[in-house]
Amino acid sequence: MGGRVGLKGTDGPGTLESAILMGARPESPERAIRAMKRLGSLKDKIQVITCPGDMGENPARNCGFAPVVIEFSTPGRTTAAHTIMGAAAMLDQKVDLLLFAGGDGTARDIYQAVKDRLVVLGVPTGVKMHSAVFGYNPERTGDLALLYLQDKAKHLKTAEVMDIDERALRSGQVNANLYGYLTIPFAKGHVQGLKSGSPESEQYRQQAIAAHVIENMEDDVFYIICPGTTTARIMERLGLDYTLLGVDLVRSNKLVAKDLNEAQLLGAIDQQNAKIIVTPIGGHGCLFGRGNQQLSPTVLRTVGRKNIIVVATRQKIISLRGSPLFVDSGDPETNRMISGYFQMITGYKDKTVYRVVY
Amino acid sequence: MNKNTKLRKFHQAKWDEPIIFELGGKGERGILMPVAEKAIEAEIGDGISKLPAGIVRKKAPALPEIGQMQVLKHYLRMSQENLGADLNVDIGQGTCTMKYNPKINEQFAASHQFAELHPLQDESTIQGMLEIMYKTEHFLKEISGLDAFTFQPGGGSQAILGMATIVEKYHEAKGEGGKRDEIITTIFSHPSDYAAAAVKGYKIINIYQDENGIPDLAALKAAVSDRTAALFITNPEDTGIYNNKIVEFTKIVHDVGGLCGYDQANANGMLGITRAKEANFDLSFFNLHKTFASPHGCGGPACGALGVTRELAGFMPVPLVRFDGKAYTLDYNLPDSIGKIRCFYGSMSAVLKAYAWMMSLGDEGLKEVARIAVLNNNYLLKKILQIRGTSAPYAEGKHRIEQVRFSWEDLEKETGVSTFDVTCRMADFGFHMWSSHHPFVIPEPFTIEPTESYSKNEMDEYVAGLQQVSDEAYETPEIVKTAPHNSVIHRPKDDTLEDPLKWAITWRAYLKKCALGQRKRI
Repeated sequence: MGGRVGLKGTDGPGTLESAILMGARPESPERAIRAMKRLGSLKDKIQVITCPGDMGENPARNCGFAPVVIEFSTPGRTTAAHTIMGAAAMLDQKVDLLLFAGGDGTARDIYQAVKDRLVVLGVPTGVKMHSAVFGYNPERTGDLALLYLQDKAKHLKTAEVMDIDERALRSGQVNANLYGYLTIPFAKGHVQGLKSGSPESEQYRQQAIAAHVIENMEDDVFYIICPGTTTARIMERLGLDYTLLGVDLVRSNKLVAKDLNEAQLLGAIDQQNAKIIVTPIGGHGCLFGRGNQQLSPTVLRTVGRKNIIVVATRQKIISLRGSPLFVDSGDPETNRMISGYFQMITGYKDKTVYRVVY
Repeated sequence: MNKNTKLRKFHQAKWDEPIIFELGGKGERGILMPVAEKAIEAEIGDGISKLPAGIVRKKAPALPEIGQMQVLKHYLRMSQENLGADLNVDIGQGTCTMKYNPKINEQFAASHQFAELHPLQDESTIQGMLEIMYKTEHFLKEISGLDAFTFQPGGGSQAILGMATIVEKYHEAKGEGGKRDEIITTIFSHPSDYAAAAVKGYKIINIYQDENGIPDLAALKAAVSDRTAALFITNPEDTGIYNNKIVEFTKIVHDVGGLCGYDQANANGMLGITRAKEANFDLSFFNLHKTFASPHGCGGPACGALGVTRELAGFMPVPLVRFDGKAYTLDYNLPDSIGKIRCFYGSMSAVLKAYAWMMSLGDEGLKEVARIAVLNNNYLLKKILQIRGTSAPYAEGKHRIEQVRFSWEDLEKETGVSTFDVTCRMADFGFHMWSSHHPFVIPEPFTIEPTESYSKNEMDEYVAGLQQVSDEAYETPEIVKTAPHNSVIHRPKDDTLEDPLKWAITWRAYLKKCALGQRKRI
């Protein structure tokens, strides 16, 4: 599940009044029940708000909860629209935790409705999911939800919402694209890939990386800041506004423009020194080609390999389980140019040599 | 416990013991010092007024005030709440080389011939100790193939700091001091190789392992440049896997003008088998308190014996011990020396114990230590991998050297029981399974190192403990998840340990953080 990469040191909720279950897919109820059963000890302490029928009401009742049901009609098979509608209703209710059952598609729908405005956790129902917002299995997800609702899992983290790139799938490739970030609870030992006993938090690492990058920034060079929470720390440390999912442009510690597309990037850096600051996607390892397509082959070639600064926390590298990073820019020649070893910035005065393949 | 049941019943003493600052009361004393005799008082007055004004305290130190008997009880209770190498099967503390520290060596160290030595004595009156230093150095030169050793570093990390200081001085002497600002290490080298070099101000470049679990050679090639000051590397690494390409590693670094430092803090599997010299290392160090049977950690004191090649000998800390065939002397005349890195000569009791240990074993005996340590480790590797939920990532099916970093990843996925849970549960059987496996690259890690000291029965007892906990994890996981049940304390809350605003390593810091409202007073 999410949290392959550590803590975001935000305090959890003080007192809790409600928890939410929303099963969004027909195959979800059985797994939702398995997760929900782990919340049994809170039966009299939390209020469950949920959607009608198999979208939550049935599993909740099955586990002995008496839920408040949001009324909307779900004739026949539920659709993405219902998920979005339900999630939006949860947002209106300002629930403490939005627990949903589903896969990457459901996570995308939830993201569309709530962005970072609710704490969310996914009960996995698919075989393989790319998003980092799910628990290992329903029971572990339930346990984490329990800890969070008991105020024992005090940290929150932003986790990637990813889904299979259908365009790539049609051409025979199975590749996941980054769609956004949801806020999930985090607790050691409940989060896949997180190492119990490790005192190193990802947040401190990100701060250290940002400090190193900023210290080595040159005046009058355009810095193209790619999406991600690691690169976002650089912008925060510079005191600049930024887009988490977009590409921003900085020069001499000042924001030049936000959320640029390929043409705007090429126009802005025309004939001038530019560097790209990019972070790979955790647990996945894509450097270019997923969620940062603004960095087109033309942009990459214009900037040049030696001007690409790769930043990554150690937890992110560990989450790759030894797999190399990869690039899928859409142009074989550009992929070849990018591939090979990079000296990634992994902390303050701390680099890691790591391989990029295509 | 009998021949048929390997696992013993155990319950640790549990005292609700305050820390010593909270004991006693104002005015209580352990020792009442006698008043000085009149003749002495007439000579020096009250004593205090003779001190330079700058070092006289304005107010008395805030030390605990407590009677002698209560102090004794306090520490005895604390000792009962501990585990240790002389009490339990301490093989769960992998990388630490917890071996038997022969008690006769403690008697040597406690003897008046040794204990009453003073570091400021004239050389002519400490010939015996200088001879022990000289001969111990000679042994270490034989074991490593290097040309000069110092005993000054007070531990392995300080020895690495010493290596980094010599590296710095070497490049300065060649006129490249400012330029060479990077030290390369590997992710499974001991983390102090990273940390001590970083303390010295070096930028650190990390190399990850390849699919075989040894450091990625191509990554090293991409890491070296004219900014490379040195490579600091452990071999075998903390995984217990030996890097058989080590000569290629040192060559790549030498080719760009860098030096190579070999972390042999733990050389227990290598004694008499391989040497730093043949792998072309320029510097190395041995922890006498690990491999050489001087007590470890809090049982110390420690000594990281630091060695270099002839080319670097001029940079060593002073003094070095010399022998002209008649007398032993201390040589301070090293114009390029990095200076002292510790007061006087280092932890001489560690040197004495290491010397006694090596003398008792001889060269064949030292080699036998390595052989048995490796044999024990591979016996445990086979036994532990038979336990459900365990794995040993990388180098599958191959032997390891002196330790293995195992994983409970499968157990954790299948039962939700983590390494931390297993560690807590092992305490219920009187086993220590420590929690430092940094950096945490291997999921749910645990590191086992049996050394040569433990008997087969003891290793089997430890394996029976792991087996029991694994069985419980699959059958009754709540027992493991809520452990320990028979130990001193229940689960420590590690969120306090991770928050710099909350943890305190001194009583003063604790009071300060409480006063500032950063943490609650317990």
